[in-house]
Amino acid sequence: MPERALDKVVVFGATSAMAQETARLLAGRGAELVLVGRDPEKLDAVAADARVRGARRVHAMAADLNDPGRHAELLSRAASFLGRVDCVLLAQGLLAGSDACEADPGLAERVLVTNFLAPALLLQRTAALLASQGSGTLVAISSVAGDRGRQSNYVYGASKGGLTVLLEGLRNRLFRRGVHVVTVKPGLVDSPMTDAVPRNRLFAPPSAVGAAIVRAVERGRDVVYVPGFWWAIMTVLRHVPERVFKRLSL
Amino acid sequence: MRDPESWGRFPRTRHAAVVPVRWANGDALRSSAHLSRLAHGLGRSYGDACLNDGGVLLTTRTLDRFVALDAEAAVLTCEAGVSLAEVLDLVAPHGLFLPVVPGTKHVTVGGAIANDVHGKNHHRAGTFGRHVLEIELARSTGARIVCSPTQNPALFAATVGGLGLTGLVLRATLRLARVGDHLRARTVALGSLDDFFARSGASDSENEFTVAWVDALATGRRLGRGLLHQGNWGPPEGRPAPRSRAGARLRVPFQLPFSLLGRHTVRAFNAVVHARGRRAAGERRVRADAFFFPLDGVDRWNLVYGRAGLVQFQCAIPPAASAEAMRALLATVSASGEASFLGVLKNFGAVASPGLLSFPREGTTLALDFPNRGARTARLFHELHAIVRAHQGRLYPAKDALMDPAQFQAQYAAALPAFLAQRDPAFSSSLWRRVMPDA
Repeated sequence: MPERALDKVVVFGATSAMAQETARLLAGRGAELVLVGRDPEKLDAVAADARVRGARRVHAMAADLNDPGRHAELLSRAASFLGRVDCVLLAQGLLAGSDACEADPGLAERVLVTNFLAPALLLQRTAALLASQGSGTLVAISSVAGDRGRQSNYVYGASKGGLTVLLEGLRNRLFRRGVHVVTVKPGLVDSPMTDAVPRNRLFAPPSAVGAAIVRAVERGRDVVYVPGFWWAIMTVLRHVPERVFKRLSL
Repeated sequence: MRDPESWGRFPRTRHAAVVPVRWANGDALRSSAHLSRLAHGLGRSYGDACLNDGGVLLTTRTLDRFVALDAEAAVLTCEAGVSLAEVLDLVAPHGLFLPVVPGTKHVTVGGAIANDVHGKNHHRAGTFGRHVLEIELARSTGARIVCSPTQNPALFAATVGGLGLTGLVLRATLRLARVGDHLRARTVALGSLDDFFARSGASDSENEFTVAWVDALATGRRLGRGLLHQGNWGPPEGRPAPRSRAGARLRVPFQLPFSLLGRHTVRAFNAVVHARGRRAAGERRVRADAFFFPLDGVDRWNLVYGRAGLVQFQCAIPPAASAEAMRALLATVSASGEASFLGVLKNFGAVASPGLLSFPREGTTLALDFPNRGARTARLFHELHAIVRAHQGRLYPAKDALMDPAQFQAQYAAALPAFLAQRDPAFSSSLWRRVMPDA
């Protein structure tokens, strides 16, 4: 099977650590990139880095994806810049623990909007764009946290679990229309998102996720755990009976 | 997470916080305002220049973005945490190289500026800082200041070689050198220290790169025997320069409980190297990595020095006193019974260093590594430092863990007032508190 193309790519949430690493790898191969992020100064830094590393063309658009009113316009500008779109990566995310979310319902809402609601609406539009082309890959970064609800981060986990299910459904729906959907489930990643979490041996560098994303797209994988050992951990966790699981303090 | 270490793994420290700097915008200076901060890149300075015991370390490897490359003009702008290895990987395909590289490419651009590092071409190119066109600095006041030899020159002079004490370097613009795609290298055996001084003048004028390896255990007539390595970029052959090697070939996997480098192992090693060097005559074609960064071939070589780590001695002695001082230093080392694995001897040229606290100045520099053996090592260093002081020499802060405050304050007496005027009071280091206890 030929490798799936990764030459013309749209990155939503381009200033996230994992998206930056992915963009960097693609830039090194001379790809054409559309980068979308919220903070214009950070976005400029990422775009400049991609240009220096060899991206053929780079177009940066500063936008807040949590405003779904902008989605259509962003997608059509990206498509007209690139022509054909090989791949769309969605990497925006917000992490907050259960205590923080319970203390501040506004924060809980932001977690749900950033990780699920806004991505869901954006992915739906993106899916339509790729389906109309009859080709392309849709990649979104979910999380191992979405595999099972846990007391320590159930709001975040629910948002990612919702995203995982949405991607599963889209993969099924788009299969016959030539569009592939990849679900990326990183474990703990050494990034700004987790700066408040004490580091341990389970942490992976964002560059590992970037490389895994590129590999997963090229090989047409459906679901990838990064690093791979999380598949084993989560498989065990998913199979713990609920009457036991509810007693655990994970 | 393990507390960051310096390359010598001595002294040991405990930082209050280790904070990755995510963006080149100064945001990292907003937190923990009551504690002193220090930027920390790849931790390749040997002593405590890159440590801030009890304070905050701002780790800069996350500032690893390129900003702009103009290959025609040979100018690169990048963030401070980019390593020289990453710079070389990027620019080598354009036939470009850094005009000055130290003995390892695993240092960050910010670290190379803060220690105003030098290389085998100091006699021609001067220090790294001479090729820095512009620096963007975040200060604890919240200001972001651009400085260069013409814009805010006083801050620029304090920042180059400024040991990270003038603020957090965010970005730097560097001049690159257009080079050939390989080096033509030659090794000449030196029978003694006199031989070094007799030949190094001509060697410096004929070669862009020269450095001598010295057997610090040799005594008597053979005191200071060694090998003089010379090299020049080969004429461009129309092929792109070879890329830097991606990774080290060997790696020291874990810390040894004791140092492998005792007197007898080092003596045997030195004899083999010297014999080989004597036999290797003529000119060889060498890749840039092998010529400039031979030690990078063994990843984490500092671990062979065992749990107690290593301490390095590096001094620079003015030309008039250098032969006498080098003789005294080497005689003291060989009489001490302490074994130095790596002895490096080189003449610094007259090119002025741009930094107020830059280490290199015209004369001769000697660098020696020792396994840290506590009081015995400290005693030897005390003797070596006395010789340096007696010959109006100076010690390299980036290598140092043991100099006393009087030495630091004497060697930088002329520059310290101007430096203090530019220093950012929210920045400090273990080195700074050791050598400037009253600052």
